Amino acid sequence: MPEPLIRLLIAAGLASLAALLFWPGSGLAPRWREARRASERVLIEDTLKHLYEFKLTGLKPSLESLAGALSVPLDRVARLLPLMQKHSLVEYEAGEIQLTPRGREYALHILRAHRLWERHLADETGYPEMEWHDRAEAIEHVLTPSQADSLAEHLGNPTYDPHGDPIPAATGEMAPLAGGSLAQATDDHLRVVHIEDEPQAIYAQLVAEGLHPGLELRIIERSSERIVVWAADREHTLAPIVANNVTVIPITTPPPQPGFEQRRLSSLEVGEQARVVAISRATRGPERRRLMDLGLLPGTLIEASLRSPGGDPTAYLVRGALIALRREQADQIAITSSEEAKL
Amino acid sequence: MSASRFDQAAVQDILRSAEALRWELGRDYHDRVVETVYADAAGIADRAVTREGDRPRFDLDATIDRLVTSRVWGLPIMLLLLMLVFWLTITGANLPSNWIASVLIGRIYPALKQGAEAVLIPHWVSGMLIDGMYLSTAWVVSVMLPPMAIFFPLFTLLEDFGYLPRVAFNLDNFFKKAGAHGRQSLTMVMGFGCNAAGVVATRIIDSPRERLIAIITNNFALCNGRWPTQILIAGVFLGTLVSAQLAGLVSAASVVAIALLGVGLTLVASWVLSRTMLKGQPSTFSLELPPYRPPRVFQTLYTSLIDRTIYILWRAIVFAAPAGLVIWLVANVHLGGPSLAEILVNLLDPVGLFIGLNGVILLAYIVAVPANEIVIPTILMLTVLMTGVTGVGQGAGVIFQLDSQQTLQSLLTAGGWSLLTAVNLMLFSLIHNPCSTTIYTIYKETGSVKWTAVATLMPLILGVSVTFVVAQIWHLLAGAI
Repeated sequence: MPEPLIRLLIAAGLASLAALLFWPGSGLAPRWREARRASERVLIEDTLKHLYEFKLTGLKPSLESLAGALSVPLDRVARLLPLMQKHSLVEYEAGEIQLTPRGREYALHILRAHRLWERHLADETGYPEMEWHDRAEAIEHVLTPSQADSLAEHLGNPTYDPHGDPIPAATGEMAPLAGGSLAQATDDHLRVVHIEDEPQAIYAQLVAEGLHPGLELRIIERSSERIVVWAADREHTLAPIVANNVTVIPITTPPPQPGFEQRRLSSLEVGEQARVVAISRATRGPERRRLMDLGLLPGTLIEASLRSPGGDPTAYLVRGALIALRREQADQIAITSSEEAKL
Repeated sequence: MSASRFDQAAVQDILRSAEALRWELGRDYHDRVVETVYADAAGIADRAVTREGDRPRFDLDATIDRLVTSRVWGLPIMLLLLMLVFWLTITGANLPSNWIASVLIGRIYPALKQGAEAVLIPHWVSGMLIDGMYLSTAWVVSVMLPPMAIFFPLFTLLEDFGYLPRVAFNLDNFFKKAGAHGRQSLTMVMGFGCNAAGVVATRIIDSPRERLIAIITNNFALCNGRWPTQILIAGVFLGTLVSAQLAGLVSAASVVAIALLGVGLTLVASWVLSRTMLKGQPSTFSLELPPYRPPRVFQTLYTSLIDRTIYILWRAIVFAAPAGLVIWLVANVHLGGPSLAEILVNLLDPVGLFIGLNGVILLAYIVAVPANEIVIPTILMLTVLMTGVTGVGQGAGVIFQLDSQQTLQSLLTAGGWSLLTAVNLMLFSLIHNPCSTTIYTIYKETGSVKWTAVATLMPLILGVSVTFVVAQIWHLLAGAI
């Protein structure tokens, strides 16, 4: 074989080796870090969190359910619980695993750190929503209570995380989480207040459907096979197991009728005018603040003025300024039909 | 008037109820605050401000906008204007560049040397100060100042007029696909003038992620200091491959190809960065298209000269003078028998040849990191030093330039250059670490060692990889024939 070819092959080999080792997520180095993370302390903290969540949902925790929730072998949980008991984090009452007050406080801190971090990721970073949970899972074990306090202060003491879960205050108080599952809802007019982000497979479907807290919907059909809802201008068909992970509350103002077509800013032709109805709840964080700072608020008159030669972005006349927005952004802005704008 | 007037218990009561009510604020609290603020502001403005009817946007503005963003004319107008700016810069800079060089290098330099000899300053002192520091600084000034003094004011005039945001508007779709901001097109064009200025210009990108992308990839815009290298090498090695009539065309086409490769790399690197390292940086988009206004010519000239040209030139001088010293020392300090330069070149030679370059080129890129302008003069000086060719150059550590293509080619061929060396030098000149002025500017702008390191090392690693692959494929094909 000619020498240059050998050199090229060696270089290609080295490059793939480096990729194998350091590829984000699936490389050996990230995996090793991941494995190291699953230390005893992390497992204890995760156990506390799950015990707290079991208690909230009224389920009775067992060794098997804990092992399942933590995805570790049964043996490991069995070794872990006596250790936690020794540190007076859990106690057995009538044969049932219970959190001690100290354990409850600890669990609340973990929960607070997790949800604050998710809030931070949603509001101040560009990570896609599918990654929030995993990143927060890693950070919750690192953040100290005082760091969590300063993060909360920095974020403006938020009361809910981006999925709609209440964030406990440092004192342990929490906003109420009202509502019931969409799968069991009896009312027809509902508002989404919470999207469960675990398990990932179901969460991914909810994200793909574009469901998010704050969305108002109307139930069209419910059966044991599926639940069909109408939200804004789209129909969503959900399997009951998926709908079960959506928490809703009944509302009095009726949501849009099925077949209602919400006009979006992206559909505005050059030269047309309309008024802004709302910025979708799916636009959040810096992006939402930017749009609001530009004055895109309910009732604002807006006119499409120019379209880029590439077809995107489009420049809109808002409050006397010419502002270009991309199609994805304009898709998230609901507007009135052009006749209404003239009023 | 003090807190003592209030019943302490009542205060506690208020605090408690506030704490309790906090949980009932709801999720839309912040949105509602902004909406209310705007509603109030609009109400006040309506009462206080009178407007002249509901006049549409000034007609001339709308007409210009329709023309410069039209499907048919938008891109051609943009390309024409850019070519005009480049043409004015290149042709306009030639004369003053030669003039400055003839004064600083042709007159003052020999005068300084003679003066130093007359007052019996030791050879090594005058070598360090005059051959080293003065000459390289003079070089950077004469090559760098005229193009920048023409390019930046022209660019600022277009900016002041209001045209540049329309360019960003026209090109945003390309950059969006690479995960970048349309305004990066402007910082990239600015980078063709000077990467340090391009990095400063990224301040116009208000979204943190897209700004970092623009900063890190700006180096792929072939800057003023590298155009001469490309043109020279293309003319000497590629132009001579074909008949004399086609020579100019071929070398010009290859330089343009390198510049376009740089644009392609900018987009590819932006795409990769936005999906890997920069995924977590927050991102927003909005692009204001301000109304057109007549450019303020004198103010523009003043600010672009002070803010951009002089500022960048000063930084370049600050870095070039010590580099000149290092270049002179490297060629004149002898360890035992050979000079430091010879030792280093011999050390670097195996690495250089491995990636289709040579030790002289690598050493030149290391010592000339402050300014790409002095890379070629340093290469020539080192080549003379290494080959011992007589009749060219002015001695160890004295950088120089050759006017005749034949002399240049025979010197470089004597230095062991092949066509591969020339092609890889052109590639490496495009894809290598930014100059120290730019690196320093990146640090100033990002305030982060991490991103500065990424912006410095990423192009260097890429450049070494590209030249390596090209060299090996070249050898492979050459062996097969």
